Amino acid sequence: MAYTVRRPNLTFWEKLYLPNIVAGLAITFNHLKKMLKGETKVVMQYPEEKWDAQLPEYYRGAPTLVTDEHGRERCVSCQLCEFICPPRAIKITPGSLPTDSKFAKVEKAPQAFDIDMSRCIYCGLCEEVCPEQAIYLRKDYAVTGESRADMVHHKAKLYELGGSMPGLVHKWNPDK
Amino acid sequence: MAVTSQPFEQPDTLTKTQAALQHLAAGNSGASDLLGEKLVLNMGPSHPATHGVLRLVLELDGEVITKATPDVGYLHRGDEKIAENMTYNQFVPYTDRLDYLAPLANNVAYAMAVEKLMGWELPPRGQAIRVICCELARISSHLLGLGAFAMDTGAMTVFLYTFTEREKIYNLCEVISGARFTTSYTRIGGMTRDLQEPFFPMVHKFLDEFIPSLDEVDNLLSRNRIFVDRTKDVGAISKEDAISYGLTGPNLRGSGVDHDLRKKHPYLGYEKYDFDVPIGSAGDCYDRYLCRVEEMRQSVKILRQVLDKLPKGPITVSDPKNLPPAKTEVMTKMEELIHHFILHTEGIKAPPGEVYFAAENPKGELGFYINSKGGGVPHRLKIRAPSFVNLSILPKIVPGHLMSDVVAILGSLDFVMGESDR
Repeated sequence: MAYTVRRPNLTFWEKLYLPNIVAGLAITFNHLKKMLKGETKVVMQYPEEKWDAQLPEYYRGAPTLVTDEHGRERCVSCQLCEFICPPRAIKITPGSLPTDSKFAKVEKAPQAFDIDMSRCIYCGLCEEVCPEQAIYLRKDYAVTGESRADMVHHKAKLYELGGSMPGLVHKWNPDK
Repeated sequence: MAVTSQPFEQPDTLTKTQAALQHLAAGNSGASDLLGEKLVLNMGPSHPATHGVLRLVLELDGEVITKATPDVGYLHRGDEKIAENMTYNQFVPYTDRLDYLAPLANNVAYAMAVEKLMGWELPPRGQAIRVICCELARISSHLLGLGAFAMDTGAMTVFLYTFTEREKIYNLCEVISGARFTTSYTRIGGMTRDLQEPFFPMVHKFLDEFIPSLDEVDNLLSRNRIFVDRTKDVGAISKEDAISYGLTGPNLRGSGVDHDLRKKHPYLGYEKYDFDVPIGSAGDCYDRYLCRVEEMRQSVKILRQVLDKLPKGPITVSDPKNLPPAKTEVMTKMEELIHHFILHTEGIKAPPGEVYFAAENPKGELGFYINSKGGGVPHRLKIRAPSFVNLSILPKIVPGHLMSDVVAILGSLDFVMGESDR
C-alpha cells in the first residue's frame, strides 16, 4: 500500500530559529557526553588500532600464492586465473619443475608469476577458479609501493605473503 | 495537485540593454551590470555539491538561473562494451562500480537479469538472502544520500551520524561477502557463499540501533526551520513531469507517483513481505527527503521479516551443467575438473534471445538489457542507470531558482555519477 508522507507544519516555537538550534545542540552534546564517557566509539585510530582481528576468514585482501604443508609449490601454471581476471592483472610464464624433482615429468610450475597490484580489484575470482587451491586472497589490505614497478608482486613476494596452507589436493599424497 | 514553483519568466534582454544604454547616455557610469548580460557559470565537474563529476553549465541572470545544462560523461569507463568482452560471471565485479553506494543491490540486479535469460529462479533461501542484500544496500545508499543532502544544505552533524550507521552496514557487507565496498557477492545462479553465523547477531544489533539513530536524524532535520526553508517548495517536480522525464525511485515517488517495482513487478518474493511505499505530495526537495527517511523505515521492516523466517536449504539454482562444481569435487575428480575449466573459460551456456530485467534499486530502476546470441558472452549489454535518467530533469527544474538552491536540488536528487556515466 502506498501512503503519503506527512509534511509536518512547524509550530510557532519551531518557526523561531533559536529553540531549534538549542534542540539540535542538545542532541549533539548528548553524543559528546556518550563519547567522553566511552559509551560509543566511532573513530578507530588507524594505524595504531587495526580492524584485522575482526576480518572474516574469507576477507578478500591481496592475492597471494600458497605452498602446501611440505612447502611445495601448488601452482601448476594452468593460467585459468590469468584468463578469468577481469582487469588482466595476472601474468604467468609457465615453466617446468627442476629436473631432479621426482614430479618433473608430470607437473609444471610457473617460471614467473606476476600480479600487478595497481590493476587488481580484489574480486576473488582467481581464488574461486583455481583448481589447485594455489592462489588465496589473504588479509593484507595496505598494499603500497613507491613506483609502478613496486606495485607488481613477483612470485617470490607472492609466496612470502601467502605462506603455506593445508588443502584438499591429493596429488602429492602417495596413498591417494 | 498543487505545484508550488512559479514558472520562470525569461527577462527581456533587449529591453534591459536599451535601459542600460539610456542610463549610460545620460552620463552615468558603472552600469555594466545593467547591460543584461548573462553570466555562464561552470558548476563542477569537481564541485563538492555535484557528488562526483557532474558538470552543470549554468546561465545566470544576477543570481537567478535562467538555463541549466548538465554535462555528464566524465566518469565514462565503457562498462557496456567491457561486458561484451567477458563471460557473464566476470562482469559481476564491474556492477559493483555502477552505483558504488549500493554495490550489493547492483550485484543482485545483474545476476537476476542473466538468470532471467537462463530461465532460472533461485531457491527460497537464495531469494531471501538477496532481499537482505538489497535492503541493506538501500539503507546504506539512502543514509549517504541523506547525509550528503543535509551537509549540502548546511547541517554537518547529520552527515557524521549517518556515516556512523553506514560503517555498521559496511561491517555487515564484510561478513556477507568478504569485502566492505566492492562486494561482488552474487554469481549467475547464486551467491559466492551462504550467510555466515556471525552475521545474524550483528544484523539484529544493527537494526535495533538503527531506528533510534534515524529518529535522531529526523529530529535534527524534519522540523528544523533552516533545513525546511532551504528545501520546501524548492525544485518541485510535478507528477506529469516526473513521469514524462522517466524518473524512478524516491525522486518519482516524492512527486506523488505510486510506482515501486517491488510492488508493481515483484521479484525475489517481495510480494511475501508486508511493507508500504511512501509517496510525497508536493514533489519538492523536502518531499524527496521525507520519502527517503520513510523508505529506510520500511526497509528495516522488510529486513526483520526476512530474518524472522529465513528459509533453510540451498542458495544456488540446481543446474549442474551451468554451475561450477563444488571445490572439493574439482580437487578430487577428473570430470568435475574438466567441467570446471570449460565453464570458466567458455561461460554458461545461455540461450539466444533478449531480456530486460529491472530492479528497484536505491536510486531507482536499475535495468539490464541483455541481447544474447547464445554462449557465455553477451552480444550487447545495456545498463539503464537510474541516476542518468534522473539527471535529465535538471534543465526543467533548475531555471528560476537561485544558485544556492541548485545545491539543495542536486542533493535531493541523490544521484551517483559512477552509474550515470558507467
